[in-house]
Amino acid sequence: MSQQTSVLYDVPGPRQRRITLITSVITSVVLLVGAYFLIYRPLDDKGQFTMELWGPLVDPSNENFTQVWERIGLGFRHTLTAAALAIVASLAVGTLLAVLRIQLKSLTRRRFSGLATPLAYLLRGLSALLSVVTRVCVEVFRGLPVVLTIFFVARGFPEFGISFDSLWYLVIGLTIYNSVVIAEILRSGMEGLPGGQAEAAAAIGLAPMQTTRMILLPQAFRIMLPALISQLVVVLKDTSLGFIISYEETLNIGKQLIGVLNNPIQVYLVIAVLFIAVNYSLSKLAQYLQRRLSRGRKTAGIPAQNLPSAALTSQAEGAGGN
Amino acid sequence: MNVLIDKFDVFAGGFWLTLQICFLAAIGALVLGAIVAVLRISPVPPLRAVGTGYVNVFRNMPLTVVMFFAAFGLPALGSNADFLRIPVVDSLFRRLGTDLPYFRFALIALVLYTAAFVCEALRSGVNAVPAGQAEAARSIGLTFGQNLRYVVLPQSWKASVVPLGSVIIAMIKNSALVGFFGVVGDLSQTADQLTSAEGYAFIPVAVGISIGYLIMTVPLGALLNRLEKRQAVAR
Amino acid sequence: MEKLNKAQKIKIGTKFDQPGFGQKGLSGKPEGFDVEVAKILVKELGIPEDKIEYVETPSKVREDAIVNGNVDLVAATYTINDKRKERIAFAGPYYEAGQNIMVKKDDTAITGPDSFKDGTKKVCSVTGSTPAENIKKYVKDVGTQLVLFDTYDKCRDALKGGQVDAVTTDNVILLGYIAKDEASYKLAGDNFTKEPYGIGVKKDDTAFRTFINDTLEKAIQDGRWKKAWDDTAGKFGAKLGDAPTINRY
Repeated sequence: MSQQTSVLYDVPGPRQRRITLITSVITSVVLLVGAYFLIYRPLDDKGQFTMELWGPLVDPSNENFTQVWERIGLGFRHTLTAAALAIVASLAVGTLLAVLRIQLKSLTRRRFSGLATPLAYLLRGLSALLSVVTRVCVEVFRGLPVVLTIFFVARGFPEFGISFDSLWYLVIGLTIYNSVVIAEILRSGMEGLPGGQAEAAAAIGLAPMQTTRMILLPQAFRIMLPALISQLVVVLKDTSLGFIISYEETLNIGKQLIGVLNNPIQVYLVIAVLFIAVNYSLSKLAQYLQRRLSRGRKTAGIPAQNLPSAALTSQAEGAGGN
Repeated sequence: MNVLIDKFDVFAGGFWLTLQICFLAAIGALVLGAIVAVLRISPVPPLRAVGTGYVNVFRNMPLTVVMFFAAFGLPALGSNADFLRIPVVDSLFRRLGTDLPYFRFALIALVLYTAAFVCEALRSGVNAVPAGQAEAARSIGLTFGQNLRYVVLPQSWKASVVPLGSVIIAMIKNSALVGFFGVVGDLSQTADQLTSAEGYAFIPVAVGISIGYLIMTVPLGALLNRLEKRQAVAR
Repeated sequence: MEKLNKAQKIKIGTKFDQPGFGQKGLSGKPEGFDVEVAKILVKELGIPEDKIEYVETPSKVREDAIVNGNVDLVAATYTINDKRKERIAFAGPYYEAGQNIMVKKDDTAITGPDSFKDGTKKVCSVTGSTPAENIKKYVKDVGTQLVLFDTYDKCRDALKGGQVDAVTTDNVILLGYIAKDEASYKLAGDNFTKEPYGIGVKKDDTAFRTFINDTLEKAIQDGRWKKAWDDTAGKFGAKLGDAPTINRY
């Protein structure tokens, strides 16, 4: 951001630097005073800084410290398990879906001219129908909140006599939503590639499926890697929805701890810090990869400014609750 | 499928409440997000730090955690979010004849969370304005404020519309969470209420609720798609 | 039942957030009266305690969990009633709770359900629950006096904020709230209904049900039942009362 926004103002001269310094000092003071009166004082008035509330979380000599952190650790492991399973499944399903949609699209354009007329029409109709069906599925599952997808999976599957542990409901719910999003990311990556890529592949005699598998998909993965990592952040955040179906992830365990320790602010703060630390590192990784990729070879014809928006869109969409 | 007809008023009421929440939250998030965005690009380092910190915190935290904070942390501080009792808005809070703070808590959480994404959408718009524009503005002697007002923002606005729209769609979907945090009568809580408590068949209810959300998200998404394509051509 | 014996493990549905009956806290194992009663049964089955898997079963999923086979039995402040008997079967009861009313500590106007008859006081309960149905007999005007939410937490918040004057449900749930905040709330008068808590099992599993009934009777006689109570919910000041008669329908 720095090199972009800094074009908004000149490189400061001595006078400007002085002004900046003075305003910096003043705003810092104002911010600190504001934080003291608006955040610290109310918290302190309600006794939120007492060791009684913080002890179990930060004081190793507290009788509950070990147990509390064992529980949080367990919850975090559960969170990571669910996130890992969901992202792997979403990648697999999403890739398949993307390939399917690309193939169907090219099928609908074919005229099957070598075949008898009725058969050709049948095939064209069929591929058009399939293409519509997949499109509708994508739109529906992308338009539904993830909370509801998870809730529907957990309530709906048993109606058909299928029941799992709550972990699997969560993973399935997350996979349904995220595979659709990943499919769209990959598809737009493939469609954004220069037409010459597919044409060259066809020219050397590759079948459409081979073209997708050997030429388009690897490039799409490469270009879309940052967006895919952002999606991982989304999945990680969305595992916190497991509490709705009684899956014991970090937040649910936090809720149980609060039931005993009676310190909501402190426990949620600790959990928030955990999530922020992990997700912030992942976001940084995505940014780093993106910088490296944009510095690298320019084979990928995607205009650079499309990337942040794609990443942002997907991340906001998976925004924790959706 | 009878439940869809018998309970149509319940579905419609849920849809209406969700729409109201989304509308209020969208306004709040746009305003707060714009403020944060200004902080993030301002020339004063401490303000920039506050803006960046805000975005990093709320973007990397699950909305669920924000919701928990608002719905269970604020009461622990003795706050009922009374400052949100603005005359018109307040009438919305008084559902079922009683005044519960959960609606306000949910709104606060949605606004705080979405604002971080709004800020990023606005900033991506500013970044999309070619650097030469701002440089040219500076070279004719415009100050930072003038530069933003007359040159950068009018152009960045166009590039921001699509990302902003995506953020709002995401927010509509995120609003489904409020039903699990004490708001009574929105679409998602209606689903839970009808199937779990009143014992209606699950599938028709799921269909009805899904339609409710899709009515809001799909057309908006399609509109954004068209806008994006048109802009791509214009560029 | 033989299957359980052979498998040497069992899944028990209980609540994770009901102080005194089933609450999961720091140890990672739920604790409470329901859990202790379940442990007595499991011991009698010859299954070691560490082979128990606890599954969280909030009120609204209890029948589903039994019917779908997610759990082998449910002990979760589970009131025996005829509607539920249509889908599952109950052993027990092992405890008799009763509906009561929680008011603010300084409230002297409400002394029991009859206090709602004059039509001024507002009372809160949960949608579709038995307590909500019961209190309707006492209130003068349901429309203005009865406020319904989906959880009791919201009722308590409404009481705290003064939007309602009372919360009504099973005494043990109310005692849990009072134990957390004794300075603010109290019970108004005595229980005015009987809510027998039973163990939920599959509807057609008569052998298992008979076994549970036999075991409960034995446990009541030899004092294990009372000990389970004294170790858990008894600490909140709830009264155990006389041993309930096992109902073998």
